[in-house]
Amino acid sequence: MTRHRAGGLLIVLGLGYAFLYLPILLLIVFSFNESRLVTVWTGFSTKWYGELLRNERILDAAWLSLVVAACSATLAVAIGTLAGVALARYGRFRLRWLFAGLLAAPLIMPEVITGLSLLLMFVSMDQAVGWPASRGFGMIVVAHATLSMAFVAVIVQARLAGFDRAVEEAAADLGARPATVFWRITLPLIAPALVAGWLLAFTLSLDDVVIASFVAGPGTTTLPLVIFSSVRLGLSPQVNALAAIIVVVVSALAALAAWANRGRFA
Amino acid sequence: MPVSCYGNRQVTVWREHGPMRAAVLGVPWLWLSAFILLPFSIVVAISLSVATDSQPPYAFGPVLDSYRLIVEDTLYLAALGNAIRIAATSSFVCLLIGYPMAYAIARAQARWRGLLLALVILPFWTSFLIRIYAWMTLLRPTGLINQVLIDLGIIGAPLQLMNNAFAVHLGIIYAYLPFMILPLYASIERLDPNLLEAAADLGSRPWRRFLSVTLPLTLSGVVAGMLLVFVPAVGEFVIPELLGGPDTPMIGRLLWIEFFNNRDWPVAASIAVALTALLVVPVAILQHMLAPREGAREVGP
Repeated sequence: MTRHRAGGLLIVLGLGYAFLYLPILLLIVFSFNESRLVTVWTGFSTKWYGELLRNERILDAAWLSLVVAACSATLAVAIGTLAGVALARYGRFRLRWLFAGLLAAPLIMPEVITGLSLLLMFVSMDQAVGWPASRGFGMIVVAHATLSMAFVAVIVQARLAGFDRAVEEAAADLGARPATVFWRITLPLIAPALVAGWLLAFTLSLDDVVIASFVAGPGTTTLPLVIFSSVRLGLSPQVNALAAIIVVVVSALAALAAWANRGRFA
Repeated sequence: MPVSCYGNRQVTVWREHGPMRAAVLGVPWLWLSAFILLPFSIVVAISLSVATDSQPPYAFGPVLDSYRLIVEDTLYLAALGNAIRIAATSSFVCLLIGYPMAYAIARAQARWRGLLLALVILPFWTSFLIRIYAWMTLLRPTGLINQVLIDLGIIGAPLQLMNNAFAVHLGIIYAYLPFMILPLYASIERLDPNLLEAAADLGSRPWRRFLSVTLPLTLSGVVAGMLLVFVPAVGEFVIPELLGGPDTPMIGRLLWIEFFNNRDWPVAASIAVALTALLVVPVAILQHMLAPREGAREVGP
């Protein structure tokens, strides 16, 4: 490669990453700004972090979001794995096209439609059979699990397509029953896919504001809903501080994951 | 039953009709029926009702009224057209930014590639909302960009950078750029460098090599990236809500307003049905047609 071209590629990368990261970095810098006017620098201060940590509304919402994310990710992995196994191992079962289509629907469907349809169903159910009488926690978990299970199924299906069925066959030939094969052979082999799927589902849930806006009840305001309502009203230094914390935590976790997997990807 | 390369051996584990099969197929079927098929059927049913002041605010009456409204009132078609236009422009600009980046990453030294890719994905793992908020702090009349431009004496009064189509485009490009880079990188990285060398040996100049070798061979990545940006962008709500203004009606935001502000459930439902028919179904068919075939193996649609 000529020096000229290498230089061009470096400039491209420099500009591209500057575009991706400068807004986030400036957000973090201004989280240490003393002024309430987020974008006018008046001096260094950590007071917004203090206020953030005393803000019960945000702390409660953050805790609720973490619980919702953990529950929905677990549910999404459980059902998404079964769906992935069904697609990868059961070949052409009846109505497979419908199964695959329904599974992929939340990936293609605009979030407003997913949210609207789930809410309208919960309302109609309540009308028809008196359950669920109020919106809230359970509904957000169900909605997020429905959204994420498609991602889990895709990851699991890809992982299953990538390894040799002979291992499962060998176990079966040696007398293992199908359920035993699944628990002892298939599941351990796809474990990395389950971890990746769980993390992705967890992140999707933590990040969702649109679907939660539809199905959340008065007492179940998740963190994105709190951020959204405060951001709609204008800038808030506390949101800057919260953003800084989120970015640092996510980066640290990503670095940790990369370190744990070092050498695994050449 | 098609013959797979594994012959009949898999029968012992996965073909058996029994509790295993019933559970693996039954549980996801139940879930998908209850939380995707049933909800969407209810949306279709409510789209055929009329809005009332009752609780819940609809009643089954003269069908197709809400559809007549969204076809006759130009507001809705304009919002749809606007959303498609904004999404298409944004995904094209994403391609213009994303292709050189994906190319540069794919051509970087192997030991840097992992880190460079991770840096593309990392923003996706942080909050979407916060990344849009970051642009609000930059674009406002009192935001950083205007401050810097005024301090440098380039402009006298703040520019209107926010609450317009420009800001919506920018927000979409910023939020969805990683979705463009990843499939592009995958297809560029697969490209056999020998082909480019052969073209060069035959006297083809760099630009010509790009147009007749690199670009056609990475077209699958281009299409995948365009779809990954275009599809979510069309139905986007958060970005037009936070960065858009009165001149940028988008169909996803209109659905939201009909539902939450106007409490017109039938119209919101019929927007959802129309959007699904006009956009989601064609895209699903397109994706299905473009999906890589897995040969004789019967995995994956």
